[in-house]
Amino acid sequence: MNPFLRSVTDRNTDAMAVPTTAPIDLSAAMVMAPTALADWLVIAPMALMITLGAVLMMVRHRIWLHGWIAIPGLVALVLMEGLLVYRVAVDGPFTMTAGRWLPPFGISFTADLMGSLLALASGLVALAAGIYGLRDIDATGRRYGFYPFLLLLMAGVTGAFLTGDIFNLYVWFEVLLISSFGLLILGSERQQIDGALKYAVLNLLGTTLFLIAVGYVYAIFGTLNMADIARQANDYRGTAPLMTLSALFILAFAMKAAAFPVNFWLPASYHTPRIVVSALFGGLLTKVGVYALMRVMVMLFPVEREQLSFLLAIIAALTMVIGALGALAQSDLRRMAGFAVIAGIGNIIAGVAIGGVPGVSGAILYSLHSIIVMTALYLLIGEAARIGGSWSLQTLGGLYRDAPWIAAAAFVIFFAAAGLPPFSGLWPKIILLKAALDIGAWWLSAAILISALILTLTLGRVFLLAFWRPRIEPSAVPSAAGALQRSAPLAGLVAIIVFFGIFPDLPVRLSQEAAATLADPRAYIQSVFPTGGAE
Amino acid sequence: MNTLILRTVAPPITALMLVFSVFVLLRGHNEPGGGFIGGLIAASALAIYGIAYGVSAVRRAIRFHPMAIAGFGLLVATLSGFVSVFVGVPFMTGLWIYPRIFGVELPLATVISFDIGVYFVVLGSIASIALALEEREFD
Amino acid sequence: METLFSVLIGIFFASAIYLMLSKHTVRILLGFAILGNAVNLLLFTAGRLTREVPPIIPLAADVLPEGAANPLPQALILTAIVISFSFFAFLLVLTYRGYQELGTDNTDEMRLAEPKDEPLPPLGY
Repeated sequence: MNPFLRSVTDRNTDAMAVPTTAPIDLSAAMVMAPTALADWLVIAPMALMITLGAVLMMVRHRIWLHGWIAIPGLVALVLMEGLLVYRVAVDGPFTMTAGRWLPPFGISFTADLMGSLLALASGLVALAAGIYGLRDIDATGRRYGFYPFLLLLMAGVTGAFLTGDIFNLYVWFEVLLISSFGLLILGSERQQIDGALKYAVLNLLGTTLFLIAVGYVYAIFGTLNMADIARQANDYRGTAPLMTLSALFILAFAMKAAAFPVNFWLPASYHTPRIVVSALFGGLLTKVGVYALMRVMVMLFPVEREQLSFLLAIIAALTMVIGALGALAQSDLRRMAGFAVIAGIGNIIAGVAIGGVPGVSGAILYSLHSIIVMTALYLLIGEAARIGGSWSLQTLGGLYRDAPWIAAAAFVIFFAAAGLPPFSGLWPKIILLKAALDIGAWWLSAAILISALILTLTLGRVFLLAFWRPRIEPSAVPSAAGALQRSAPLAGLVAIIVFFGIFPDLPVRLSQEAAATLADPRAYIQSVFPTGGAE
Repeated sequence: MNTLILRTVAPPITALMLVFSVFVLLRGHNEPGGGFIGGLIAASALAIYGIAYGVSAVRRAIRFHPMAIAGFGLLVATLSGFVSVFVGVPFMTGLWIYPRIFGVELPLATVISFDIGVYFVVLGSIASIALALEEREFD
Repeated sequence: METLFSVLIGIFFASAIYLMLSKHTVRILLGFAILGNAVNLLLFTAGRLTREVPPIIPLAADVLPEGAANPLPQALILTAIVISFSFFAFLLVLTYRGYQELGTDNTDEMRLAEPKDEPLPPLGY
């Protein structure tokens, strides 16, 4: 060890005047065991993204550098998150508390299976978007800072998935929100400003509601560490207004996730930015909202979730049906995809409403599937519009003849998004349906099926009009430049969709384990407080 | 706001505020102050200069783009958290060194470098917002 | 004291919500400014109110003096202030740009991203 680098515990005693002569027992406040290098895995994804994002901010105008820094960084992110999932799946949850303070004094980062699986899926999606952006984002967009914002967005998303502190969760929400603002107005077109205003106001309101709820959590529990809250929640049941708190959390997270009564910001804004940004948003942002809903309602307040489950189920059913109906009514493909995102959110919330390991595992599996498929859907629409020269179903046509491979990808992605076999959308829907029928909520399973039926109609019509219909007006053939950067991400995502559609064992098993640790958080609490923790 | 009084007073005030912001930054370790408030003071110094001489004069004077300054600060702050990986303690643990410079023991810590990072983040981001607002007002 | 603060916070929230229900973006923005302060006061009250003892350990002691203020809500509020301040600045710029580009601050007239007369998709070909 470097003799100059000693931790604060060794030397600050003689650097400052300390009244007591007896040595201070630091083990009452600090983690004394040395930190294993492997524990850094839980911090490293965020730290890497912030570091590289900072470097990219510094070289913002040297745009040729951006791809060379961002893409290897995103590859490293995916690798680290893969290791994280592996380690958590084998050894169970693990924790690192920043600043060496004993939890709950320090801010804990805890990786459990649900968080790390979602982080891995979002890393894959970000890599796909980063590669697609090499061609889709022009020099102006890069100078506005597409890549720095992308990496900071990923820091926010990954941080939200891996943090173990509820106030820190709020901070990561804000990190991803501010980078999403930057991405949304990339280029400052009039339409984007219109969309961004609505997005900004309503999302800011949502996070403020979350902050209010966090304030009440602190007022009730006197702690913000989620493991600490989870283990104390039982003591406060009956005396503290936990139902009010849960309702506030549900409202805040429903707003972030675009659930039915508070979903109108999403179709108002998601179609305005560049398509690769829409792809990222459609894949990631709403999922962070449902992740937080699962974390808080399933892990922290299970009893309240049980009591509010009927409300959640109604929200879920309305969200998925209205999302699907909205998709049916759109002729702009991007807005259609926005409503398809909402329909998916309804399915995930249905899983939360059903509860128990079956319901929650269905919700987790659906989230993983939705992250990949919704990004793929938006990228596909981007390709279709580039080749067909329009976003609108009124004028698109002839894509089947012009781009057979895109048509094949569209076939896979549409089937997956509608939940038809043999692709990845089938399995979470089956799990959710079975879970809903098992608890006797036949109307919820009916809603899932109706929503899937309407989505099938919608996407089938898109295939019919945009792909099979003969071309209406001859348009210039788009340049083939950068075909690899454009098609590789789409091909990669389609490969994932096909593979996990045919071999669903691994994701189903992992999401069941994730749901089990979430519903019974003893392992999670144990990883944060190995010795029972501080008072 | 192109008055003679402001144009005369702005350079010394800006210089004074910048020096004061560094003082507040370094004082912040054990007393009220710190990187955030220091960065705010520095950003308002630049804003005053911008009001008096125009935004392009400020941009020339600080040489780097404000967002690049913010990026630098973010980098410094994150890397400060990473020093602890070499000592086997968790992320963001405060670490101290005590080099003797001219016979005086000077306690330096990763806490201070983190605070310096915060200073630049705040300076850069607030200055870029302030300059953007001023720019629209004057052109 | 807590009761008084609760009433005050309630007034803050009420006026913030009233302003945010307006269709003019500038009023919505003012509503956000008030909402941010309402939340900060809420966080402050959530940490319990004490009087005039800063949470600093004096040189001659090992622990905080009796009745010291709770430092955690102060840290939370500082974070929340920073965040709401930067978001307010961003929204200010965005609203101004919106006014310049769209020529209105009336949200009813902001239909550029969602045109009113967008046709339904064709029923066949």
